[in-house]
Amino acid sequence: MSDKDLQKTENVAVTEKIRNVKTFIPRVDIYETKEALFLIADMPGVDEATVDVELEKNILKISGRVENGKVKDYNLVLSEYDVGDYERTFTLSDEIDRDKIRATVKQGVLRLELPKAEKVKPKKIAINAA
Amino acid sequence: MFGPGIWRMKRFADSVPEIIDLQREINRLFSNVGQGATLDYPAVNVWEKDNSLVVTTELPGMDAENINISVTGATLTISGMSKADPIKEGETYLRQERELGSFQRSFQLPFQVDSKAVEAKYEKGVLKVSLPRQKEDLPKKIRINS
Repeated sequence: MSDKDLQKTENVAVTEKIRNVKTFIPRVDIYETKEALFLIADMPGVDEATVDVELEKNILKISGRVENGKVKDYNLVLSEYDVGDYERTFTLSDEIDRDKIRATVKQGVLRLELPKAEKVKPKKIAINAA
Repeated sequence: MFGPGIWRMKRFADSVPEIIDLQREINRLFSNVGQGATLDYPAVNVWEKDNSLVVTTELPGMDAENINISVTGATLTISGMSKADPIKEGETYLRQERELGSFQRSFQLPFQVDSKAVEAKYEKGVLKVSLPRQKEDLPKKIRINS
């Protein structure tokens, strides 16, 4: 484990919700392969029904809604973390093939595959002998 | 200054849950002052009812079989291991913010736990462990003979 802050970071830039909940910035890993960009976001408490991925122009917005993390009939006696929604936006370059974006959610982790557009994939150019 | 009046405040707070949330937030803000240490991972919330406790913690993206929960007497230990996506040579991480790797954390509970009745549920990346108190450990009511 690294030394970085282990607490969730609140997203203060986001528009306020009508529900009185906090909004957090999900932690993400992004890596790149030849064919695609992969984005993995930690959003504990969401499932496929409560997570949203929107793409408007070149702004990718991921958001998740979390029902309150309360345990029914129990009283909270020690609290180290807060439960709330998630929201984060990224600017995509034009290199992404928008129609082929795929998203899956498993155990509170959102996984996005953003395939690169055909035209920017590296192409080997054959050189003919003169 | 901090006379009995503060206790009257407490009763007031009990009737307004938002104030408890606020109090919790303020306590947390100041609990780390001077220590400079980060909280242990994973962060937990502990819930109480009568003679049982529930511990919840956020562990996104694990496989249930990679989470180990053990209870001995009054000690609860949660440990596990999470892995990053394997990437091939020539591929690079552009951002790495997620907490991955192995972790372990132990808790001293306020009572002996009936280890056979401990239940754990892992869904949506949130782990929930129910810890009922051992029957032999329950407080006994003493009858007063007149």
